[in-house]
Amino acid sequence: MTDRPHAGDKTFGVEAAAMTMRFGDFAALDKVDLKVRPGTFHALLGENGAGKSTLVKCIMGYYRPTAGDILVADREQVIANPKDAHALGLGMVYQHFTLVGAMTVAENLVLARDDVPAIVDWTREKTELAAFLARMPFKVPLDAKVSDISAGERQKCEILKQLYLKRRFLILDEPTSVLTPGEADEVLGMLRAMVVAGDLTILMITHKFREVMAFADEVTILRRGKLAGKGRVAELTPDDMARTMIGAEELTVQPARSGQVGKPRLELEALRALDDAGAIAVRDVSLTIKSGEIVGIAGVSGNGQRQLVEVLAGQREAEGGAIRVAGDLYHASREEMRRHRMSLLPEEPLKNACVGGMSVADNIAFREFDRAPFSSGGFWLNRAAFRNDARKKIAQYKIKTRTPDTPMAALSGGNVQRAVLARELGSKVEVLIAANPCFGLDFAAVAQIHAEIMAARNRGAAVLLVSEDLDELLELSDRLVVMFHGQFVYEAPTSAVDLTEIGRHMAGH
Amino acid sequence: MTTDTADSAAAAAIAPAADPSFLQRHGQAIEYVLIPGAALAGALVVFGIFVALFGKNPLDLYFYMYYGAFGTWFSWQNTLARAAPLILTALCTALPAQLGMVIIGGEGALLIGALAATSAALALPWAPPLAVQFAMVIAGIIGGGLWIMLAGALRQYRGVNETISSLLLVYIALAILNHLVEGPMRDPGSLNKPSTREIGAANMIGTIPGTDVHWGLVFGLVAAAAAYILIYHTTFGFAARVAGGNIRAARIVGLSVGKLIMTICFLAGGAAGLAGMIEVAAVQGRTNANLAAGYGFTGILVAFLARQNPLAVIPVAILLGGISASGGLLQRRLGLPDASVLVLQGIIFVFVLASDALYGRIGFLKGKG
Repeated sequence: MTDRPHAGDKTFGVEAAAMTMRFGDFAALDKVDLKVRPGTFHALLGENGAGKSTLVKCIMGYYRPTAGDILVADREQVIANPKDAHALGLGMVYQHFTLVGAMTVAENLVLARDDVPAIVDWTREKTELAAFLARMPFKVPLDAKVSDISAGERQKCEILKQLYLKRRFLILDEPTSVLTPGEADEVLGMLRAMVVAGDLTILMITHKFREVMAFADEVTILRRGKLAGKGRVAELTPDDMARTMIGAEELTVQPARSGQVGKPRLELEALRALDDAGAIAVRDVSLTIKSGEIVGIAGVSGNGQRQLVEVLAGQREAEGGAIRVAGDLYHASREEMRRHRMSLLPEEPLKNACVGGMSVADNIAFREFDRAPFSSGGFWLNRAAFRNDARKKIAQYKIKTRTPDTPMAALSGGNVQRAVLARELGSKVEVLIAANPCFGLDFAAVAQIHAEIMAARNRGAAVLLVSEDLDELLELSDRLVVMFHGQFVYEAPTSAVDLTEIGRHMAGH
Repeated sequence: MTTDTADSAAAAAIAPAADPSFLQRHGQAIEYVLIPGAALAGALVVFGIFVALFGKNPLDLYFYMYYGAFGTWFSWQNTLARAAPLILTALCTALPAQLGMVIIGGEGALLIGALAATSAALALPWAPPLAVQFAMVIAGIIGGGLWIMLAGALRQYRGVNETISSLLLVYIALAILNHLVEGPMRDPGSLNKPSTREIGAANMIGTIPGTDVHWGLVFGLVAAAAAYILIYHTTFGFAARVAGGNIRAARIVGLSVGKLIMTICFLAGGAAGLAGMIEVAAVQGRTNANLAAGYGFTGILVAFLARQNPLAVIPVAILLGGISASGGLLQRRLGLPDASVLVLQGIIFVFVLASDALYGRIGFLKGKG
């Protein structure tokens, strides 16, 4: 592409007309129209698998759409690969960071350019970068190493990188998923200011209605690959948008909070754990969870929550301290898990709790396969029992799979988590540990999982819920704890928590 | 707000997909036969080119290979006798593979198993032959089993890569064997080729009636069938497949991964050790450096070609036993060097490893995405 009409300082709009993208017989996008007006903040809403990413990837040239046109600044363009998109001034910020941790911010910015010279004149580059930063609404420390700066600053770096590369139309893919609410507001607020000033046009993929309501001008909603609705945010309520996203599907109704808080069931005593690099990730934390209560652990990811859950799940050795379940020391052995009726709902269930190559029926039987009726004498497998039990649970937990013998990896994320739910909550539960159990799942799956967690609590289970989603924690928890740098820095009954207070502690202030 | 009707599309999406074709339903099974078969064929073509460079006719080559391996009853017996240890050494790689481990030290376990079996026989000169043979089997299994368990323990408790440790253990095993047969265990009568004393003709396991194939073949077949049943029909095998498929999933349901690793490594090494015992009790009659004939290494090839499936190991071992059995004929009729068979094995291995990238990518076998 020789003409670069838009790689300048003026922003522009992008329009996708009748975009269709087929993978084999499956239409990921079916004649979807999207119009992002120049100088607006546009939100793209939809459940997982609704086609948001596919649409954006077509615009950015990662996919060649089966049919449909893309108009950039009202001119039809063929975008064959991401390079073409960049040349037109389109930029994308991903959910996860694409910065090199061991290099400084300045180095990362310069290296992102297409035309890095063989020998970089750093003095000149730094002067230019400083001049560039002076024109920008947000600042980042140019000489700091990326690994030393906070997640919020890294996200700012990603956005600055796009602006530095003179991209005036930005696509943001769930940009705030790793930020505290405060950081998210700050970053989006600054972007919003640039949009209002006419320097930038933004298309943001998100599932947070709060952010849509606060920052977006217009919204486009997709459902199952089709345009489900669009409109001006000012004229809509979150309820309208949610209903458009879900369609006619019925959601599981969450049972009301009931029952009494009982005796202490799960106790952590000065628990300490290391991360993979050998640094202390969990610093001598203590916590008591009683039966019939849900304790939520909030925190920005990477503050030790994952290691804490791994210790409880038997995936990591504790470095010090003790775990007690119903008063007994606990080492995550199979016998103890059984005796105490422990259940675990880990994040990314396919990675953490399933074997993708084994069948759905096999995966559902992981906890019980060495007992009757799944095996005779604790030795000989009884295949028919696997299939019968799986059939029952597939129906009960609404797992969408062709047969019980289908490999687990062939299921969608929501259905994998439903299968794990069936395995973990299929019998009586006394201790439940859940970590981001709804991450990346659709409304129906989320509603079902929340209902099951609440039901387990009401039946007297002690529940530890670790989540990066504050709304989820506020909805389910009886008590809320904030984890920062491997320690519990704040604790309060959920009914008494203050959102700004939590945000402050999440950020470590 | 303008709302289009996506509900009709929703209904369509829930409706069951049309029945996939036969090819798509059995795509995976077909792949497991088709891809190794194609890799083998590709290797034969390349080997044919290699032979053509020597000025020989590749078609003659293929004919003599077939004839030397499966052409006559005599060549069949030769092939089966060679297949027996290959089945067992292949299990030494295929069993740990169920746990996601790559063990390539079957040769070492074979040598230690042979030493242990020979020692057992020499320690029981007064015992009846059946008792001696039984002791040899037990000693061979325990010797080989402990040897590979060592690699498993290094992996589990010290984080040492089991592929490298098991390979290096082969050289240690060979050194131990050489030390013993040239020193403490040497038969003073073995002048040119240092060896242990013979276990005695009465203690040899003999041949299957009506054939020249020794009983080792039956040992191999039974071991392969037992391994298959263990992996696919018992709770132990199920636990091993869970741990091999995803170790994090195994831990979250409380399976003791360390115990699984140690047990599987013992059984794997035991199989190779049994191969060593058979080589002593059916072929050599004593232990010496002849035992390091490469069965352990060819077993790796067999296991990979069989996709680590204990039952598929049997036909593949017969196939590769045939290739090595035809080596002599190729040498006599085509004047090819004896090592040509090794060249072919090497080419096959490269093709098999490269063909791994093809699984799930063959267009006409793919299900709907």
